[in-house]
Amino acid sequence: MQGLKMVLNMIDLTTLEGKDTPGKVKQMCYKAQHLHDSYPGLPTVAAVCVYPSMVGVARKELRSNTVKIASVSTAFPSGQAPMSVKLEDTRFAVSEGADEIDMVISRGKFLAGEYNFVFDEIAAIKEACGKARLKVILETGELSTLDNVRRASDIAIHAGADFIKTSTGKIQPAATMQVTYTMLMAIRDHYDRTGIMIGMKPAGGISTSKLALHNLVMVKEVLGDQWLSNEWFRFGASSLANDVLMQIMKTETGVYQSPDYFSMD
Amino acid sequence: MAKKTTKKSNETGWDYAPSLESIGHIDLKESYDLFIDGKWVKPSSGKYFETINPANEKVLAKVAHANEEDVDRAVKAARKAYDTVWSKMPASERAKYIFRIARLMQERARELSVIETLDAGKSIRESRDIDVPLACNHFFYYAGWADKLEYAFPNRDFEPLGVAGQIIPWNFPLLMAAWKIAPALAAGNTVVLKPAETTPLTALKLAEIIELSGLPPGVVNIVTGFGDTGAAIVEHPEVNKVAFTGSTAVGKHIQRAVAGTDKKVTLELGGKSSNIIFEDAPIDQAVEGIINGIFFNQGHVCCAGSRLFVQESVAELVVRKLKQRMDSLYVGDPLDKNTDIGAINSKEQLEVINKYIKIGIEEGAEMYQPNCELPDKGYFCRPTLFSNVAQSNVIAQEEIFGPVLTIQTFRTVDEVIQKANNSPYGLAAGVWTDKGSRIFNLTSKLRAGVVWANTYNKFDPASPFGGYKESGFGREGGLHGLRAYVKLK
Repeated sequence: MQGLKMVLNMIDLTTLEGKDTPGKVKQMCYKAQHLHDSYPGLPTVAAVCVYPSMVGVARKELRSNTVKIASVSTAFPSGQAPMSVKLEDTRFAVSEGADEIDMVISRGKFLAGEYNFVFDEIAAIKEACGKARLKVILETGELSTLDNVRRASDIAIHAGADFIKTSTGKIQPAATMQVTYTMLMAIRDHYDRTGIMIGMKPAGGISTSKLALHNLVMVKEVLGDQWLSNEWFRFGASSLANDVLMQIMKTETGVYQSPDYFSMD
Repeated sequence: MAKKTTKKSNETGWDYAPSLESIGHIDLKESYDLFIDGKWVKPSSGKYFETINPANEKVLAKVAHANEEDVDRAVKAARKAYDTVWSKMPASERAKYIFRIARLMQERARELSVIETLDAGKSIRESRDIDVPLACNHFFYYAGWADKLEYAFPNRDFEPLGVAGQIIPWNFPLLMAAWKIAPALAAGNTVVLKPAETTPLTALKLAEIIELSGLPPGVVNIVTGFGDTGAAIVEHPEVNKVAFTGSTAVGKHIQRAVAGTDKKVTLELGGKSSNIIFEDAPIDQAVEGIINGIFFNQGHVCCAGSRLFVQESVAELVVRKLKQRMDSLYVGDPLDKNTDIGAINSKEQLEVINKYIKIGIEEGAEMYQPNCELPDKGYFCRPTLFSNVAQSNVIAQEEIFGPVLTIQTFRTVDEVIQKANNSPYGLAAGVWTDKGSRIFNLTSKLRAGVVWANTYNKFDPASPFGGYKESGFGREGGLHGLRAYVKLK
């Protein structure tokens, strides 16, 4: 139960689709703050995650600031845009009120061995973020080996990432256990060397409570209890929240309830 | 040397609830007799001994103590079964029985793994995922060979040996029974098997399965008891083959006992195996491998990677990561699915381990143990690491058979080969490096029966296992394992 509530509180409730509208984002923002009102005492999710154009809408809906606003940027999901556009994308999202920026790295450059380019790009975006925390999406599904995942993690961490994140959710495979484990190891090694904590966000494919708990166990075992808060660990997910709610209600009442009892925003 | 501990208590702490495997479905009798000639018979001594759960010191069952007379009955039954049934049966029929045993074991895998955990103290995760499936696989594998022996020994005539007397240890009770029985039956021999006195229960469950399989009476006989029972098997004149897995001291004793007879012998004995990490190795993977190599089954593994050699340039890093990983190991109730390290098999063995830990401290080695809580009852030992160790330390020379790792550093390839080979044992070794040519260089120079590259403790029925030097002779598993049970003409 403690684990399930923790999972809820670590979710970045996400909608990243071409067909997103202000209406859709508004509904999701309400859901983010009212996960399941028929069972009081539940935490909210950690953040909502939207496109830059929707940040303003979300800002209006989320005044209390307990739920953060994360915005993808840098020509998400492909990252195939000139640097100036990526910077502008980021500055726009921040000025609209984003608390967190989820950027993508240039996988093409990375795979071509242009690591300095990747490093500089992350560093520049970090600067453009100002006070917003920066999550760096490696898009591990395109990196093909765990060695690459590790190298990209190290580059991102050294370039100033506050979080490293597995995937955009647009590419399969996304947040597999192996990939997340490899990235957690990079975070741990950095912490052992410098004492600086970096956050982790697996995203894409984690849609059940069981899988989410597997991930939490992994975080606890590799990094320790201090990472077990939404300041340092997030799930990027759209459908995970309802499954967790369903399991919480099952734990409370002893029986499963119909999915129709859980709102679908 | 970790700058900061990764464990911080406690405002965000998250403790797992116990996750105990259920024991409701197992069927244990209060007392077990001897399985001779297809029947359960009382020991002629009338004596029974208790087998306990090392995790809570409670008695699980009483088990018959076979004496010379009982062993004689078992061997005679095996002889009769060999002469009248088993050696005359078409090999394809023999295969069917072995397959049937394998399938019945699979069907009862859950029960077997729980009983194994109760009796031996090993974690349920291990008995469920490793011991029992591997044991089944050995039967499946050798069932396949039974009617294809002419391909195992091409252009040779061969015949079974007759009655095989088999004595197995307490560290992998069911798995060792499978390693011994499956190839013996496949090659056409009959069997008298003695499980270890601290862990007889799964062998007795196997006897029940064998009974259920309809295997002709006398083909497999299981006699429980102590060293005297084993000695009676070894010395029995009608035993044609002795297969033993256990300590080197007993192995030497057996070799003396069979001197001058025509009994064939295979011995799988102790070890002090080396695990070697080069600076180019994938360190995180290697650390997992070392942990698995030494702490698997509480270190009660004859091929445990108990001597770690680390190239000096990465020694500090490896030791730090090892300690970190040891901190996250769960020591406790073997029935808990979270448990990594279960109970030490017996009080005696715990005393042996503690004796060596004391010696290590006295020898001036630097000891590290994680600060985990141990259960009040039962025999438990923290995972232990000694750094600052030399070849001349007792703890680096003698087999401890517990969760105790010694760490030495090396500088060059030649040096580590020399040191790794500088042991009376030669069972296994592990090599961790990214460089293929180095792996082949080492595998050809290390005097060890098994050399793993970038992995450790990997077992498969198709791959042979056995030692060099005082780790024994003969191979078990694979094609090689069949050879130990036939006479080639």
